[in-house]
Amino acid sequence: MRFVPAPLSSRRFATGLLALAAFVFVTGGGAGRPAFADTLDEAINGLASTSGEKISASVKQLATLGDPRAIPALEALVDDRLRAGPDGHAWVFDSHTHDLTDPVTGAPAPAAARPAREVELDNDIRREAQPVLAQLQLSSPDKSVRLAAAEELGKAGSEDAVALLHKAFDKEKDKGVHDALALAVARVDIQSKDPAVRLAAVQIVHKSGNDEMLGELQRLVSTGADGKPTEPDDRVRAEAKEALNSVLSRRRVITAVGSVIYGFSLASVLLFAALGLAITFGLLGVINMAHGEMLMLGAYATYAVQTFFQNHLAGAFQYYLIAAVPVAFIVTFAVGVVLERVVIRHLYNRPLETLLATWGISLILIQTVRLIFGAQNVAVANPDWLAGGVELAHGLVLPYNRIGVVVFVIAVSAAVWVLLYRTRLGLNVRAITQNRNMAACVGIPTKRLDAWMFGLGSGIAGLGGVALSQLGNVGPELGQSYIIDSFMVVVLGGVGRLAGAIVSALGLGVINKLIEPAAGAVMGKIVVLGFIILFIQRRPQGLFAIKGRSEA
Amino acid sequence: MRERLLQFHGRRGWLILAIAAAALIVLVPLLNSLPKSFPLSVPDYLIPLLGKFLCYGMMAIAMDMVWGYTGILSLGHALFFALGGYGMGMYLMRRMAGEGVYRSNLPDFMVFLDWKELPWYWHGFQHFGFAVLMLLLVPGLLALVFGWFAFRSRIKGVYLSIVTQALTFAAMLLFFQNATGFGGNNGLTDFKRILGHSLQSPSTKLGLYIVSAIALLLTYLLCRFVVTSKLGRVLTAVRDAELKTRFCGYDSINYKVFVWTLSAMLCALAGALYVPQVGIINPSEMQPSNSIELAIWVAVGGRGTLVGALLGALLLNGAKSYLTAAFPSAWLYFLGGIFVLVTLFLPRGVLGLMTTMRKKRAAPEKTTAPEPVVAGEMLAAPEKAVESS
Repeated sequence: MRFVPAPLSSRRFATGLLALAAFVFVTGGGAGRPAFADTLDEAINGLASTSGEKISASVKQLATLGDPRAIPALEALVDDRLRAGPDGHAWVFDSHTHDLTDPVTGAPAPAAARPAREVELDNDIRREAQPVLAQLQLSSPDKSVRLAAAEELGKAGSEDAVALLHKAFDKEKDKGVHDALALAVARVDIQSKDPAVRLAAVQIVHKSGNDEMLGELQRLVSTGADGKPTEPDDRVRAEAKEALNSVLSRRRVITAVGSVIYGFSLASVLLFAALGLAITFGLLGVINMAHGEMLMLGAYATYAVQTFFQNHLAGAFQYYLIAAVPVAFIVTFAVGVVLERVVIRHLYNRPLETLLATWGISLILIQTVRLIFGAQNVAVANPDWLAGGVELAHGLVLPYNRIGVVVFVIAVSAAVWVLLYRTRLGLNVRAITQNRNMAACVGIPTKRLDAWMFGLGSGIAGLGGVALSQLGNVGPELGQSYIIDSFMVVVLGGVGRLAGAIVSALGLGVINKLIEPAAGAVMGKIVVLGFIILFIQRRPQGLFAIKGRSEA
Repeated sequence: MRERLLQFHGRRGWLILAIAAAALIVLVPLLNSLPKSFPLSVPDYLIPLLGKFLCYGMMAIAMDMVWGYTGILSLGHALFFALGGYGMGMYLMRRMAGEGVYRSNLPDFMVFLDWKELPWYWHGFQHFGFAVLMLLLVPGLLALVFGWFAFRSRIKGVYLSIVTQALTFAAMLLFFQNATGFGGNNGLTDFKRILGHSLQSPSTKLGLYIVSAIALLLTYLLCRFVVTSKLGRVLTAVRDAELKTRFCGYDSINYKVFVWTLSAMLCALAGALYVPQVGIINPSEMQPSNSIELAIWVAVGGRGTLVGALLGALLLNGAKSYLTAAFPSAWLYFLGGIFVLVTLFLPRGVLGLMTTMRKKRAAPEKTTAPEPVVAGEMLAAPEKAVESS
């Protein structure tokens, strides 16, 4: 497992660099080798010189020193972020925050360092500096820096790079970095004139299963324009063919696993919507077309909480999401209860008309949100602890926000299960679902529970809105796109069945995403809808039908 | 014969119908032909708009027959409407072969997609008769197959609503695809001529309007014929107590499939008349919201009256044309409010309200329409989809 930084996060990158610099400062920069440190400082300050020759000489000196503490300075040099203070001291410029920091210690620059002059260098020096930087990175104590450097060098594919890679390859202890280095070497070796070297390179690629070399492998097994194979050596060709097959099949597996993961997160959102629907539909026999709008309200509540934190509690911004959960629940719960009391209460026994009335309510809610927040989509940011993801294998990243959504839906489902099957309230609710009149006879307050359960169903959808806001943009029509799917989940799972809702949400979500790569997103959806229509023909009561007499 | 006609309406009802029909079919064209300076002159731009409303009215009457009389709330009628529209659109596209932007024999969007020949299902649509036949048969067949499967499985109530909505939604996604061969997002548009008459000329527009008005009248009479027949009685019985009807020996499935298919074909006809008047057909006609709005037209006017459905369609579409232009942000509030208020306070619609008020004046005269019965009121408490097998 490997950790990938979130995209577009130059700030994080800079923080990472600072942390690295600080780390080096603490571990390597201790007392005892002051003379060495002086040479290092001298060489680094030399990088900020006005003369090209001096810079070039300093780069060479840093190469001989081989001290990884020079990495930030060299990186800054290559990226044009190196500045020279009036006294000739080198400073690293952060293009994001406009701060100057010391290249070795990472300490902020004193006011005397300004105005700083930009270090100018030509492409020759940059070409000299890059392999030196890579070489230093390859000996860095940080594993991820070494890994990134190995990949970078492999792509460069120059003679110097190969020499460097071989040197590092022999020294490397960590297995992950070792493999990456082997692959980087193979990337260059596969072009070699010596068949044995090519064979070894292909074998390494075969073992790694890395799909970045797909083009190379395809070239090796292809036949040229003159009808002769591109690769003269039979053994290499055979090995390349096998490697190609293994890489391709590995890629198929990765795509399938990726689809399943995305299917799970789609299923989670569907489940949020369907859980609430299963409760209200099962208990009240009411089709709530405004249910999708509860998702939307929950998402907007999250947005409002985020905005509040930005303006008033910037320090605790990372935790706004935790505050958003109860806020979204309370808002949608309240809206649900009000709806039930004002409108839906009068329409029990008239299910078709409830459908129309709740559709009207959904129009009103959409328009209200549009007037308050504007018709444009609003963006809800992931807090840092939900940004980024875990790389399970090469090319397969599992984003934290999707993991978070799945965990969240499991927690909410468990809570709903406990509420319905382990509390007095749940017992009463289940009694009403089975036989409303009898339940009323034994003293269960059916009317009050109707309102509460309607609120609960809406509240769960509101929690779904919090989850949705972490996966994409939030707009007034957000709920409309989920309402048909979530009804399908309820119909497929069987009305009023919690387990049915969970199984069919999972099934629909995963099937949808599995069909998608083969047939396209739209065809996938059509196939699933067609399947459900056919399925209902066979089992009109859903997967988990309640046994017993119906009240027709 | 006379007896049977009097079952449609009383004498006064026939009189009102005749006056309304004359006003729509004769008076409006006459007023349109007046010079513009006359105060009562109907301007040219209103003609296609009125024609459009009449098509909506046809659709509403067809909907009332399945919902108001048989108790099936379909949320898929927009699909049949759009299919009829696409059939007409295909004819119009084929008639303008060679006159498109690319001067190709193929419709423009196919040239754009680099298609070399016509897909098989486009063949024959250059003939008007064939196109009209297909635009009635295809939606009819779809409704027949779908209805037979759905009703045979005893899918009813809200389940049927949801399944029809899903069907329409799936069809919409399908038609959005370019590969389906119906112009994708943009649909079919830029039509030139119908039966040799330019669609731009005012006389063609007036002609289409008159055809729509006559079609509406015939649709109304046909539906009135169905609901006042013995078959119509069975439909009402199915609505109010399906099980009891079955126990009396009527196979409710056949009745439902029949009325469902007939309604779908009438919708398709409405769609076919609609397309040349608005000049475009695209998949957004199949949006779920369109089918639901159709239901509210019927509910506003009053279910189970046919006249009410027509009235509701005209009222709400008139309001929509006015409000979306005058108060764009208020329109959704208005529509949403109508949905809620009508279902809460006007279960019998405007027509039901008028009947009640007339009764209150205690004048025991014949009403023009049979007493509307609210479907939902008669149905048993929380409706489950099916009897257990």
